[in-house]
Amino acid sequence: MTAREFSEIFRNGLWKQNTGVVQLLGLCPILAVSSSVVNAVSLGLATTLVMTLSGAAIAPIRQFIPNEARIPVFILIIAVLVTVVQFSMNAYVHGLYLVLGIFIPLIVTNCIVLARIEAFASKNPALESALDGFAMGLGLTAVLAVLGGTREIFGHGTLLSGIDLVFGDTAKTWVVTVVPNYHGFLLAILPPGAFITLGMLIAGKNWLNLRAERKLKGANARMTPVDGGYAPAAHRG
Amino acid sequence: MRRTMAKASLYTALNLLFFALIGTAVLALTHELTREPIARSEESEKLKLINQIAPASDYDNDIIKDSRQLAADDLLGSDDTTVAYIGQLKDRPSIAVIQATAPDGYGGSIRLIVSIRSDAEGNGKIGGVRVISHNETPGLGDYIEIAKSKWITIFNRKSLDDPGEDGWKVKKDGGTFDYMAGATITPRAVVTAVHRVLQYYAQHRDELFKQNEGVRK
Repeated sequence: MTAREFSEIFRNGLWKQNTGVVQLLGLCPILAVSSSVVNAVSLGLATTLVMTLSGAAIAPIRQFIPNEARIPVFILIIAVLVTVVQFSMNAYVHGLYLVLGIFIPLIVTNCIVLARIEAFASKNPALESALDGFAMGLGLTAVLAVLGGTREIFGHGTLLSGIDLVFGDTAKTWVVTVVPNYHGFLLAILPPGAFITLGMLIAGKNWLNLRAERKLKGANARMTPVDGGYAPAAHRG
Repeated sequence: MRRTMAKASLYTALNLLFFALIGTAVLALTHELTREPIARSEESEKLKLINQIAPASDYDNDIIKDSRQLAADDLLGSDDTTVAYIGQLKDRPSIAVIQATAPDGYGGSIRLIVSIRSDAEGNGKIGGVRVISHNETPGLGDYIEIAKSKWITIFNRKSLDDPGEDGWKVKKDGGTFDYMAGATITPRAVVTAVHRVLQYYAQHRDELFKQNEGVRK
């Protein structure tokens, strides 16, 4: 794998094909669990782990999986990996397990996992596939962190609440009170708050993209008389 | 043609079977490896919760060892035996921690423990309620967990007479218990289950403690 491919995988996962704001896949956990930073980042990291493992597990055996039966086999392998992660979290990081609860088994049904297997791991070698899963997961985690942070500040006036469930009682002092004596804003905590915040994030990313395009166009126009048509990034989902 | 198709189907089926077997083996192994740590962390989690609702100053016996199995009872919401921890202070009944199930949560059963003061002054009053396990919607129905919100403490010091038969409902149903907008089924299930535990306690109080004295002698 060349350095160029390596950076392309990460650029796709973190920005160009970001699962949260570009591909818009796996919205169920995004909307439900992003009511606080700790929940959002925890689930993001658990998903990242599953995506990395499943990429690494499926890519090496991809030629042994018959085409007609590939989806059930993929789901089977993903489900096994998720259950292994669930058992392990329950056993060794029980606090975090209690925080994420029902969302860990639901990683199986998060379509982004299957989507990356189908689109990437079933066509590429193991190392690349694992990295792709990792990068995509990190991209999702980043979006979840911003969403969770925004909703937590607007909804509760705090940041990092519940961190003691992950790091033990000493972490209780890490909670940042952004707005003292805040009375709470229910809309930000309920699912509509997640939709609104996600919409703003997508708008923000598109604005950044358009600005970059316009700059590029301006630079091209100065260099060549012909307008270099720069196709906007394809959006799907 | 038909032959090759049959062959292809057979190959696909065997392939699926092969992956299913490997998956099962991996899961069985993981289950075996994590079973003890999981049981240990669940047990220690329960002990922490028991300590929250039955303060150590309220009993001088080994409350965990002085536990007993209760036969299945509709009031405890379970078809299975449940457990009760019996606390005593100076050989007199002081507190009972009863585990019960609310079978009608939004995401299935909600398992909880209820401590009931049994000494002279607090007789029949709730010491506290904690949820041990549930599958309620995260961010919506999970405020019944003490880690997420203080809601569950509204039961503290309540009893069968306070707020009385009609009051043991959420406010939406005309009762006295608060709930949070967006999730009514969850608190309704919890309020009903706690009420039933109080009824069970009222009916079985003597049994609970008599049994205990028998064991201690």
